[in-house]
Amino acid sequence: MKLPRLTINEAHTHLAAGEISAVELTEAALERIQAVEDDVKAYLTLTPEAALAQARAADERRAAGEDTPLLGVPLAIKDLLCTKDVRTTCGSRILERFVPPYDATAVARLKAAGAVLLGKTNTDEFAMGSSTENSAYFTTHNPWDLSRVPGGSSGGSAAAVVADECLGALGTDTGGSVRQPASLCGVVGLKPTYGRVSRYGLIAFASSLDQVGVLAKDVTDAAILLQVIAGHDARDSTSLDVPVPDYPAALVGDVQGVRVGVPKEYFIEGMQPEVEAAVRAAVDRLADLGAQVVEVTLPHTGYALPVYYLVAPAEASANLARYDGVRYTVRMGDGGLDEMYRSTRGRGFGPEVKRRIMLGTYALSAGYYDAYYLKAQKVRTLVKADFDAAFEQVDVIVAPTCPTTAFRIGEKTDDPLQMYLSDVFTLSMNLAGICGLSVPCGFDADHLPIGLQVMGPALGEEQALRVAYAYEQATDWHTRRPSLGNGS
Amino acid sequence: MKLSRDEVQHIAELARLALSDEEQALYQEQLSAILEYFERLQELDTEAIPPTATVLPLRSVMRSDEARVSLAREDILANAPDAERGCFKVPAVLE
Repeated sequence: MKLPRLTINEAHTHLAAGEISAVELTEAALERIQAVEDDVKAYLTLTPEAALAQARAADERRAAGEDTPLLGVPLAIKDLLCTKDVRTTCGSRILERFVPPYDATAVARLKAAGAVLLGKTNTDEFAMGSSTENSAYFTTHNPWDLSRVPGGSSGGSAAAVVADECLGALGTDTGGSVRQPASLCGVVGLKPTYGRVSRYGLIAFASSLDQVGVLAKDVTDAAILLQVIAGHDARDSTSLDVPVPDYPAALVGDVQGVRVGVPKEYFIEGMQPEVEAAVRAAVDRLADLGAQVVEVTLPHTGYALPVYYLVAPAEASANLARYDGVRYTVRMGDGGLDEMYRSTRGRGFGPEVKRRIMLGTYALSAGYYDAYYLKAQKVRTLVKADFDAAFEQVDVIVAPTCPTTAFRIGEKTDDPLQMYLSDVFTLSMNLAGICGLSVPCGFDADHLPIGLQVMGPALGEEQALRVAYAYEQATDWHTRRPSLGNGS
Repeated sequence: MKLSRDEVQHIAELARLALSDEEQALYQEQLSAILEYFERLQELDTEAIPPTATVLPLRSVMRSDEARVSLAREDILANAPDAERGCFKVPAVLE
């Protein structure tokens, strides 16, 4: 049995039966990383000694009678989440040496559950990007075709999961950054409802949009991970104080009578034909399984992009003001105070980050606030209202995750707007604060994965998971892996 | 172009970003194109629409005013580029 290929759920079964130990599983994952990391480049920081120590502790806990789903399971964490005593860079040079003195709540919950943390995965700088090419360190390669991007900004996590370099991972999703890389890498990527998972320790990009999400090999694993990280946190005043249901129990495998909405605005010109074909075939599959397919309309879909690219950069311009050379390790400039600010930020931030800070600053500035930021916030109300209305008619909404499959490294880096367009199908969900996941639904002629998005209303994770699971179990896309390294 | 060179410099000033001449020219062009595309928002009549600042029902989350342990000062200062006597040290603020 190839240990790193296991899902979290499979690993748990073998661990519980005493067939494997957490140490063996972790060693196998570390060996796998050794074998393929030069090609994939998913990790910014690896923590093998700490991981093995955690694995030994997990084995001890299991020997003492504990048996929980993540005990001893090796996972990866996107480098946007604070990990105590482990360097956290956000993919930026401005945090090159930053070592957080605390764990993000989502990380702390994984650790309390006995998970083993293998390291920190690559990300577009401060989560700003759709390809992981904006990482100040290096670009991660898509394991299905190393000349292509894994998507972004959680490209490192998505690539690590599909390459079996971990059994699951945390990512973050502000405009699609968990779902889009999941789609491009052929894994499951789930964005919870805004407020479902604590943002404490999630280094802020856009505070009204950011959510911690999960990347997993299948829907069952995604439900297991969500179960552990979800829930109210007194340290995040935007976290919802509502009970957490049993997510794995929602995976009933049946969608008889479930109303599935298909939004006509999500099938656009310029979309890759194979993507449209695969998604429509998936909808037909759901109908075969007993779902009731209904066409719905989300009329303001075409405005989501400008709304997002005004609201998110505006919030980012405020959140990134703290990186000024005063507190977070990196300081540049050999003049006075002002020189320190400008130099540190001018040289410490990469081009996309600077572009968005400028866009946000402009949108908020005197004379332009009404026309840009306020306008965008008003249209955001309309985007959210579209979903509220649609969810009165249907239980879930199903759509493509990304208009194309993985593009080539370097293909979109000259035109920022082109890059932004790859998020058209994911942005609205963050603006509305609803939940959803991307699941694999096919491959194109170049053997590149295609993703199906299943969206649920706010706090509707159970129905989204249920529909996604039923579809997944009626297909075998989720069992496919890229051929990498020494014969996987 | 939508943005003038002066405006680009002003925004960079507000954001405390030192930009080279090439960067200023590049951002002027790129940001202008982006803002041009965003003009489409003006197609919508939002006169009567309230803005959404957050999707959560708006509320102030309070807790009782009791001192609690936060982080140890040494841990916080461990990331300081320069520190002295338990404080972050910076170049002179006042002349």
